[in-house]
Amino acid sequence: MDPVGPVAAAEKQILINSTAIMLAIIIPTMIATVAVAFWFRRGNTKAEYRPDWEYSGAIELVVWAIPILTITLLGGIAWIGSHNLEPSRPLTSPNKPINVQVVSLDWKWLFIYPDQHVATVNQLIVPAGTPINFQLTSATVWNTFFVPQMGSMIYTMPRMTTRLNLQADRQGVFPGRSAHFSGDGFPGMEFNVRAVAPQQFAAWAQSARGAGPVLDGRNYAALAKPSSYVKPMSYSNVAPGLFEAIVAGRAPPTPQLPHNPQAEGPAG
Amino acid sequence: MSPVFGKLTWAAIPVHEPIALATSVVVILAIAGMGIWITANKWWPYLWHEYITSCDHKRIGIMYIVLGLVMFVRGFADAIMMRAHQYLAVGEGPGYLAPEHYNQIFSAHGTIMIFFVAMPLVIGFMNFVVPLQLGVRDVAFPTLNNVSFWLNASGALLVNVSLFVGEFARTGWLAFPPLSEKMFSPGVGVDYYLVALQISGVGTVLTGVNFVTTILKIRAPGMSYFRMPVFCWTSLASNLLIIAAFPVLTVTLALLMLDRYLGFHFFTNDGGGNSMLYMNLIWVWGHPEVYILVLPAFGIYSEVAATFSGKPLFGYRSMVFATMVICIVSFTVWLHHFFTMGAGADVNAVFGIASMIIGVPTGVKIYNWLFTMYGGRVRFNVPVYYLLGFMLLFVGGGLTGVLLAIPPVDFVVHNSLFLVAHFHHVIIPGVVFAIFAGYHYWFPKAFGFTLDERLGKAGFWCWFVGFNLAFMPSYLLGFWGGTRRMQHISDPSWKPWLAVELVGAFFIAAALAITVWQLLYSIRTREQRRDLTGDPWDGRTLEWLTLSPPPHYNFAVLPDVHGEEAYWHRKQLAIEREELIPEPNYQPIEMPVNTPTGVIVAFFSSLCGFAIIWYIWWLAILGVVGAFAVFVWYAWRDEHEHIIPIEEVIANARERRRIRMDALHTVSQST
Repeated sequence: MDPVGPVAAAEKQILINSTAIMLAIIIPTMIATVAVAFWFRRGNTKAEYRPDWEYSGAIELVVWAIPILTITLLGGIAWIGSHNLEPSRPLTSPNKPINVQVVSLDWKWLFIYPDQHVATVNQLIVPAGTPINFQLTSATVWNTFFVPQMGSMIYTMPRMTTRLNLQADRQGVFPGRSAHFSGDGFPGMEFNVRAVAPQQFAAWAQSARGAGPVLDGRNYAALAKPSSYVKPMSYSNVAPGLFEAIVAGRAPPTPQLPHNPQAEGPAG
Repeated sequence: MSPVFGKLTWAAIPVHEPIALATSVVVILAIAGMGIWITANKWWPYLWHEYITSCDHKRIGIMYIVLGLVMFVRGFADAIMMRAHQYLAVGEGPGYLAPEHYNQIFSAHGTIMIFFVAMPLVIGFMNFVVPLQLGVRDVAFPTLNNVSFWLNASGALLVNVSLFVGEFARTGWLAFPPLSEKMFSPGVGVDYYLVALQISGVGTVLTGVNFVTTILKIRAPGMSYFRMPVFCWTSLASNLLIIAAFPVLTVTLALLMLDRYLGFHFFTNDGGGNSMLYMNLIWVWGHPEVYILVLPAFGIYSEVAATFSGKPLFGYRSMVFATMVICIVSFTVWLHHFFTMGAGADVNAVFGIASMIIGVPTGVKIYNWLFTMYGGRVRFNVPVYYLLGFMLLFVGGGLTGVLLAIPPVDFVVHNSLFLVAHFHHVIIPGVVFAIFAGYHYWFPKAFGFTLDERLGKAGFWCWFVGFNLAFMPSYLLGFWGGTRRMQHISDPSWKPWLAVELVGAFFIAAALAITVWQLLYSIRTREQRRDLTGDPWDGRTLEWLTLSPPPHYNFAVLPDVHGEEAYWHRKQLAIEREELIPEPNYQPIEMPVNTPTGVIVAFFSSLCGFAIIWYIWWLAILGVVGAFAVFVWYAWRDEHEHIIPIEEVIANARERRRIRMDALHTVSQST
C-alpha cells in the first residue's frame, strides 16, 4: 500500500481509520475472552460459580449497544466514502482530464486515447498530476482494471461501459493487472502505468502517431486473438468509433481456444 | 457425436496428464480396497440395513458426516496442491501445474468445500442432533431424508468422476458467465459443475423442507419455541434460508444450462444476454449460503459454551433474536460481492451499511458466549478449545469483513488475496472449528465412547497454528495488490510469504492426520472410554437423556418438557428428590421401515447426470424414467412402518433408568 494518487490515498486513510475503530473494540474483547475463560476454569476455587446466572438487562443493553454504535460510526464512514470516492465521479483538479478508453481482451489490455488518436497495449502512459477519465469495457469476458497504487478498481464487462477516474500525483512506473479471473491466460494480463511529466506525455503522443501499425478492423481482429504476457506496443492511429463498436458488439467476438480439444469430441 | 456414447471417447481419460492419472489410480485402488475389505468382513448386509437404506435420522446424519469428511480430504488435497504450486510459481519459477489444470483445482476446491464438505457436515449435525434435542423419534419425513442424503452423495460422485472422465470447470466456484458460456468454456467441465450442483441442490432443498417441518410441527410435549435449544433455533433459521435461497440457485444454474445446451441467451454477450444478471442471482443465493453454514455452527458453539461452563446460555432470547435478525438481513446484502461493478454511490452505500448491520447480532453473540463462561466452571475439553479459538479468530474475520463492506475499501481489496484470507478467516474458525467441536461433543452420543482428549487438543493446536500461518500473510499480499486465482505470480518478493502459507498448509495436513489417528486410536481403546451414562459432559439438552448410542426410536416415551434446558431441569429435580420421575406407561413404538428408494433414485440421477454432461441422450432418458419408476414403486408400498415390541422398549428403558439411578447415587454420595 503505497498510494501515488488522491483516490488511493483517501482509500488507505479510510482503511486505517476503520481498522483502528474496530481494533479498539475487538482487542479488549479478545483479552476478555481469554481472561474470563481462564479465571472461570473449573479448577479455580477463587472464582464464584453462579450456575443459574443467565440474564442481565444491563449487560444485554451494553452488548447490543457496543456493536450498534461501532456500526453507526462505520456506516457513516461508508456512506461518505462511497459518495466521495464513487469511481464515476470526476476528480477535482485545475488540470483538464485526459480521456482513456480501456478494453480488456483475452488476455491483454488495449488503451485507446480518443483525443490523441493513438492506442497502446499493456502499457498506459499518462501525465502525472492530471486526472484520467476512463471509460471501460470488455471485448470478451469480465475482467477488473486495477492499478493498486492508484486506487479503485472497476469491472470491465462485455456490452457495458463502466467509468473510473484516477490520478497519479508523481512520476513513476506503477504495475497494474486484471483482478477478476478471466480464463487460462489470466495471470499474464499485466500492464504498467507510466506516469510522466505533462510535456513528456505530449511528446510521446506526438511520436506514437508517427510510428507503429494502425489499429483498423484487420489489426484489431489480429490483436483480439487469445494471447497472454503480451509485450507493450502502440498503434499510430485508431479507427474512429472502435470503442463504441466493441461496446455495441459489432467488433469481432473472440472465443477462447479450447485448451482441451478432446472435450469437444471428434464429431462435435 | 456418437448416438451411443455422445461426446464421450477414450480421449476423455486423462492418460496424458500424470497428476490426474496418478490420482485416479490411487482413488480407484482405495475404493476397490475398501470394497474388498468390507466384503471380506461380510459387512455389506450390516451397511445395507443399518446405514444405506436406513431412514433413522442418526444414521443419515452419520452418513452425511462421513461424506463430508471424505470430501474434506479431497478438497484439502486440492488446497495443498495450490499452495505448493503458488510457492513454486513465483517470479521465474513456472510451478508444476499448467493453467488449465490449476484453474480446475481452485474451482473444484471451492465447489467441494462449500457444497460437499461444509454443507454435508452441517446438515449431518442437524440430522443427528435436532430430533434428539426436540425430544422426538425422527424428522417429519424420514424416507425423504434418506433420499436427500443420496442425492447429495450423487452430486459429490459426479464431481469426483470429473477427475477421471473429462475435466472439471475452470471458471471458479461460481462459474460466472460469460466465461462459463459455451463460447468461452466449450468443454464438459462447466457441465459437470452445473449437473452436480443441480442434483445435490434438490437434495438440499428437500432437507430444508424436512427440517423446517420437523422443527415447526414435531416437538416433544411442552417443547414450545422458546424452550428449544439454540441449536434447534439456528437450524430452523438455516433451513428457512435453504428453502428461500436454494431455489434461486437452481433457477440460476438452470438458466445457464439453457444457454449452454439449447442456445438460449440469458447471460451471453450476444442476443441480448446480460451476464450482470447472473452475478446478482448467484449472490442472492450465495450470500445467504454463508449463513446457512455459519448459523448452525453458532448453534454448536452455544451448546458447547453452556454445557462446558455448567451454566445456561447467557441471554437465550437475545441469541434467538440475533439469529433471526441475521436470517433476514442476510438476504439484503448480496450486492457487496460486486461493489466494483459501478452501480453508483447510493446503491453501494446502502448495501455496504446493510452488510455491516449483520455485524451487530454477530457481535452480540460473541459477548453472550463470553458472559456464558462468566460465572461458570469452564471445563477445558476439546470442544472448548475450538470455541475459544473461534472466539479469538472470528472477531478478526469480522473486522476484515466489515472493511470489505466499506465500498471505498473494497475498491482496493475486492477479489484480492485479502478477500481470500477474509473468507477463510470466517469459514475456518466459524464453520470448520464448530464442526470439530461438534464432532468431539456428540461423538460419544453417536458411538457410545469418547474421543481421545490429548490427540484432540494436539489436533486443535495444529489447526490453530496452521490456519494463522496459511492465511494471515494473504492479508498483506492482498494489500500489496495480490489477486486471487493466479496460476503465476510475477513479484518474486512474495515468495517468503507464500512459503509461510505452505508451511501453514502442512500444519493443517497434520491436524487432519491427527484426527484420523485419533479416531483409530479411540476405536482401539474404546473399552476404556465407554460412555455408560449417556451423558458424558453433564449436558443440558434432551439428547443426553437417552442412551449412548440412542436406540432407533430415541426415547421410550417422549419426554415432558417443563422449561428451557429440558434435561438439566429434569436432572436437578431428580437430584433434589433423590429419585427419578415415576416409570411411565410404555407402549409399542411404530417406526418407519428401511427403504432402498434413496440409493436407487440417486443411482438413476447419477446416470442421468453423467449422460447429460456427455450428451448421451438415451441414457439421460433412461435415468429419468428409472428414477420416476422407483418413486412410483415406493408410492405403492404396502408396509410403511414396523412395530418395536413393548418388551424391547421396556428392557431398554429400564436399562436406562438403572444407569441413571446409579449416576444419581454417585451424585448424592458426593454432595
